[in-house]
Amino acid sequence: MQFDSFASFLDMGGYAFYVWLSFGASAALILLLIFSTLFSHKNARANIARQVKREQRLQQAQAQANVSESTSQ
Amino acid sequence: MWKWLHPYANPEVSYHFAGKLKPWLGLSSALLLTVGLIWALLFAPADYQQGESFRIFYIHVPSAILSMSIYLAMAIAALSSLVWQVRLADASAAALAPIGAVFTAIALLTGAAWGKPMWGTWWVWDARLTSELILLFLYLGVIALHNAFDDKQMAGKAAGILALVGVINLPIIKYSVEWWNTLHQGPTVSKLGAPAMASEMYWPFVLCFFGFALLVGAVACVRFQTEIITRNKMRPWVRNLVTSEVN
Repeated sequence: MQFDSFASFLDMGGYAFYVWLSFGASAALILLLIFSTLFSHKNARANIARQVKREQRLQQAQAQANVSESTSQ
Repeated sequence: MWKWLHPYANPEVSYHFAGKLKPWLGLSSALLLTVGLIWALLFAPADYQQGESFRIFYIHVPSAILSMSIYLAMAIAALSSLVWQVRLADASAAALAPIGAVFTAIALLTGAAWGKPMWGTWWVWDARLTSELILLFLYLGVIALHNAFDDKQMAGKAAGILALVGVINLPIIKYSVEWWNTLHQGPTVSKLGAPAMASEMYWPFVLCFFGFALLVGAVACVRFQTEIITRNKMRPWVRNLVTSEVN
């Protein structure tokens, strides 16, 4: 352990601002990358699923229309 | 070798391969980064000249090395897409570009925050810093080109050519500290040969470096999967996949 107390750890030998700026900014950027990656993956899947469902509904509606057309004749 | 590699040119096989790989990469990265960063922040000795500000080294150098390695990987993927028409190579190049951009930004930011107390300035237009800034712009250009076209194949071609032209920047970054007399110090850790630093500083660095590298791998797997399903959304296997699984 290089530091005697928590306060001296936070102080970083007088370089607190620069050290914590580096670690903080890096952590923020990496977390942003991770979350945006997970979010866009989920989003992509949801978009494709929505499209599949829409097409299925369209097919169903078309099939029903065909059935009612043939019965009315 | 081609027989062995051939199944990985299939998007479905690659999708599941990336899916199997990502938890292992993520877990080992979390483990290495936890140990490495605690070691770097609490137990590694302070530098005799730079004091505690030296702790910035443990994120600055790994992310700077990775920013160049990711670019090289992306350029190789772009080359195999342009020359051998490997479709999936475009997907991996598109997956890697934003990750590389983030690590380049981290290298620049931590470099600025280290430069201020050590050199007295946040930024100088010296060769190393300027070429690394150009690397960031190259990444942003590649990302913009990938998103500029609806036709992903055309986007991949345009972005691939930019990525390949930008490779010239990599040796400039690497040797800038030797070719020009700059404010940036020379290399402290070389990949081959004995490190020019004490072992109690070297080991936390190694842990942090591999921790970040594995993190890049895990994030790349997820982004690669996203690229595969968006490029193959008309395929039956993708349609079954997105409608059957909950996650």
